[in-house]
Amino acid sequence: MKKNALISALTASALFAAGIAFAQSAPVQSLRGAQIDEHVGVEDVFHQDKQRFTRSYRQQPPLIPHTIEQYQIDLKANRCLSCHDWTNAGERNAPTLSMTHYMDRNGNQLDRVAGTRWFCNQCHVPQADAPALVENDFKSSSSN
Amino acid sequence: MTNSNSQVPRPGFFRRLWNWFWTPTGAVSLGMLLIVGFVSGVGFWGGFHWALEATNTEKFCISCHEMENNVYAEYQGTVHQNNSSGVRATCPDCHVPKDWGPKMIRKIQASKELYGKFVTKSVSTPEKFEDHRLVMASREWKRMKRTDSKECRNCHNFEYMDFTQQENRAAQNHQKALDEGKTCIDCHQGIAHELPEGYLEAYKEIAAQF
Repeated sequence: MKKNALISALTASALFAAGIAFAQSAPVQSLRGAQIDEHVGVEDVFHQDKQRFTRSYRQQPPLIPHTIEQYQIDLKANRCLSCHDWTNAGERNAPTLSMTHYMDRNGNQLDRVAGTRWFCNQCHVPQADAPALVENDFKSSSSN
Repeated sequence: MTNSNSQVPRPGFFRRLWNWFWTPTGAVSLGMLLIVGFVSGVGFWGGFHWALEATNTEKFCISCHEMENNVYAEYQGTVHQNNSSGVRATCPDCHVPKDWGPKMIRKIQASKELYGKFVTKSVSTPEKFEDHRLVMASREWKRMKRTDSKECRNCHNFEYMDFTQQENRAAQNHQKALDEGKTCIDCHQGIAHELPEGYLEAYKEIAAQF
């Protein structure tokens, strides 16, 4: 009886020690990609640029010179169109959508924006005066 | 009167209550009546006000799943809920007038919403809510348009805005709105909740009525 208890105690402590050794050897992956004692600074926030950027190539979708944060663009509503649709652009003093955006895939001219063009931010993104996220040696095809 | 042999029959219960109510008091002094009346008046008014304010909190609004799972969920993360300055506008700040009279009227109107909740169950599922959304949103737009966006103006006021600190587009449009006598809701629909299909056409129809 006493022998059994001694064996149990020894086994338990051996397993515990082995467990600790195993846990120490396995590298801990942190979700934020840095050691816990490492300082991770918050990235700078780059704001919208006020002037409209010129296009870098002829077919480039123009950039959006204002914030579009929390704009609803979904199955039900499109906030952009409340100013940029041809029905509202005059009153709201906003650029009208290109007329190509009112042509469906069969070439029919519509009065409402084509379904294929509904999600504006698939091509148009807000502009910001921020450094490029990845190295980029693109050269603009325009002279400037 | 109490004589059972009298020709006049004993008046009914309500008549007797009425007479008792309007008979001058015999045993209680006028001072006592005034003091008791004053104290209980303070108590009743305080209680009334307390109950009114208790129904004027976000916690109370979202005690119904219709509010909690639809409009409250959409409100999360919008600028009136989460922003740099840490000021928050909760449900009653936008949806219940601050002045006493309009507040009472709005509170009485809200009893129809209780009817919708408990009797007709008109918005009890997300699908029903979605079907009903344009009607409900239109009601709020109409109210805002009629009162010159009173609830917005409790915090936002054209006169207090520094247009030079705004984004160019915002500054231009706010100046234009000020000059043309427009109101907040004319441009800012759906800032805290999702917009339904055909919202702009519906809003233009409402605006045309004013």
